[in-house]
Amino acid sequence: MFRLNSVGELEKLRAEISEKRDTGKPCITTCLGTGCHAYASYDVYDALAEEIDARGLKEKIELRGTGCHGFCEQGPIVVIFPSEICYCRVQPEDAADILAALMEDKVVDRLLYEDPVSGQKYEREDEIPFYKNQNRLILGQNRLIDPQNIEDYFAQGGYKALAKALTDMTPEDVLAEVKKANLRGRGGGGFPAGVKWETTRQAPEKEKYVVVNADEGDPGAYMDRSLLEGNPHLVLEGLILGAYAIGAAEGFVYVRQEYPLAVDNLSRAVEQAQGYGLLGDNILGSGFNFRVRIKRGAGAFVSGESSALVSAIEGQVGEPRPKHINTAISGLWGKPTNLNNVETWANVPFIIERGADWFNGIGNEGNKGTKIFSLVGKVNNTGLVEVPMGIPLRKIIEDIGGGIPQGKKFKAVQTGGPSGGCIPEQHLDTPVDFDRLQELGSMMGSGGMIVMDENNCMVDVAKYFMNFLKDESCGKCTSCREGTKRMYEILEAITKGEGRAGDIELLEELAWVTEKTSLCALGQTAANPVLSTLRYFREEYEAHINEKRCPAKVCKALIRYTIDPEKCDGCGRCQRNCPEEAISGELKSPLVIDTDRCSRCGICLEVCRRDAVVVE
Amino acid sequence: MEVKEIDQVMEKYGSDPADILGILMDIQEKERYLPRETLDYLSKKLDLPMTKLYRMATFYEALSLKPLGRHQIHVCMGTACHVRGAARILDKLESQLSIKAGEVTPDLNFGLKTVNCVGACALGPVVQVDGEYHGNMSALKVERMLKKYSGSENKEAE
Repeated sequence: MFRLNSVGELEKLRAEISEKRDTGKPCITTCLGTGCHAYASYDVYDALAEEIDARGLKEKIELRGTGCHGFCEQGPIVVIFPSEICYCRVQPEDAADILAALMEDKVVDRLLYEDPVSGQKYEREDEIPFYKNQNRLILGQNRLIDPQNIEDYFAQGGYKALAKALTDMTPEDVLAEVKKANLRGRGGGGFPAGVKWETTRQAPEKEKYVVVNADEGDPGAYMDRSLLEGNPHLVLEGLILGAYAIGAAEGFVYVRQEYPLAVDNLSRAVEQAQGYGLLGDNILGSGFNFRVRIKRGAGAFVSGESSALVSAIEGQVGEPRPKHINTAISGLWGKPTNLNNVETWANVPFIIERGADWFNGIGNEGNKGTKIFSLVGKVNNTGLVEVPMGIPLRKIIEDIGGGIPQGKKFKAVQTGGPSGGCIPEQHLDTPVDFDRLQELGSMMGSGGMIVMDENNCMVDVAKYFMNFLKDESCGKCTSCREGTKRMYEILEAITKGEGRAGDIELLEELAWVTEKTSLCALGQTAANPVLSTLRYFREEYEAHINEKRCPAKVCKALIRYTIDPEKCDGCGRCQRNCPEEAISGELKSPLVIDTDRCSRCGICLEVCRRDAVVVE
Repeated sequence: MEVKEIDQVMEKYGSDPADILGILMDIQEKERYLPRETLDYLSKKLDLPMTKLYRMATFYEALSLKPLGRHQIHVCMGTACHVRGAARILDKLESQLSIKAGEVTPDLNFGLKTVNCVGACALGPVVQVDGEYHGNMSALKVERMLKKYSGSENKEAE
């Protein structure tokens, strides 16, 4: 590592790195993102390393640990370059076969991706339907980069945008380009980034700050995590470009503490960037100075709200502040502060390098570029997907997601996290963008997309979100603090069979008050999950309240587990595993569940081999 | 915690009161909670009122004024895990350990907490123990998972 004193030196280094790599040497990549890590991909990596060593091939084959590939359902993922053969669900024991196949120019058939419906197998990563239907502009680099090695980022053209900006563009030029690109914030608000940058730049105070909001709090969303873990330099480069455009000399990245790998990889990236003179004083000899500091969050959802995040960085509790003056004008320590989401910053280097016109060619009217979604829940292909804005929801869930597992029926897709809502089947052809989803009573939000099927109860879903919000409410505003609590209590009563006539109307009234009188978006949007499920699934609420019945058979107080005597063969598996000892009967004859002792844990349903356990 | 150790933590952050959260988190990681005496010392050294430290400790979920368990069990209650049945797993854990979420077993061996999305949604429902991920969990798998962490104390009891 050595300091690069000019753009020329950077390009020289880049050429040297590319030349060193241009040997056609095969490279085996293993995804080491948190998802695959949980599937023990580190063990796979080690096994591959051992196998390469054992065969004396250390000089002939490169092994690289990369960031998240996005296809989390099929992890651990191993991709061989240059052939781009993709292996799924790889185990350490597979290492020998993978090496053997590579040496003989063959493939390990059993490790290829197999379409669950058609049974067709695919060899190359880009042929797999999950990937084929995406536009992996931002996430695409993850598979090629070892996040701990800045040289990989250089080899992919990293910091070219920064070099271009510092040599050919003034700060005003950079800002104008981002404005022209119509880049809207990817954290959920969808506010035009260029306008925010401009406000910050034009604010009278000389000292300015830029901030990366990496507090990704929406449950079910992990796009930012994978970006930070897998390609921290992309985000850094975007931040430096923003600082240049706005005139900020100091920046912060606020990362939630639940992402230790992201904190690690980002810290290392900052150190490396500093070492190469891409951060610090006189960046690439341009005279521009900029430093970055990393701050960790400590488990508070509300701290992800812009003004709360500013408070947290200042060392206060992360509570929102009144925003009659924007943080862009008065933020950190009263100075103009531009705060953007991780994914927003990650778009900037592409916009500067390829131009706003190119960016405007992706997406639809008023919604340009791509968006990364975490497609999770009751869907076959769980993972991170990146698509152009304006793509129909159905395409994401069916073509990319592969539809609902076990042949179940789609019921709803929840978008926008706790501020969003549920979209039912009849609206699946809606284009996904900032504006259209709002019309349906939801929002795109930060990108969480949770698919639900016939076995999910929508009242339970509303209760879930309200429980989350009531716990995460900072408590400052009476309406939010009391409103979320009361809405939760009403929803809980409904799911327990204690709902009363008038509950729905009361919920709607509480929703209205909480929205109108809360200080921040947590309180203002807290009722969205309730209102949207009421809008499309009102009959479920009515069944719970009027008939004390849960149509989806989820709410514990309203269901019973019974054993079908026609199907039960008395094997006793359920009886042995029941934690409440609620199942009685003789072996070899149909068993019986004592409803009073039964805790509805679902274990008997899981272990029964005859489908004899019925939930009614 | 030794005064020397607390000083070391403060120095790492340049003894800057604005970095109090980082300081508290480092202490939490070392001690498994925030001892009262440590907070008293920090309050004096950093010139921060105890009420402020108390406020930080009770606002942020990652900080604890009471000792955490030797093994910390985090049940992910993110939306994706929820729709895949995380609530049933929590129920089973609570019943198996005889504690509620947010509590620690009397022998301090296990602490149980719910967390909001660890970002491993493909593996849902997820339970994290001491940072180790257990994916595709179910109520049935809970007992076996706990056995891995029961150690000699429980073995003797059996």
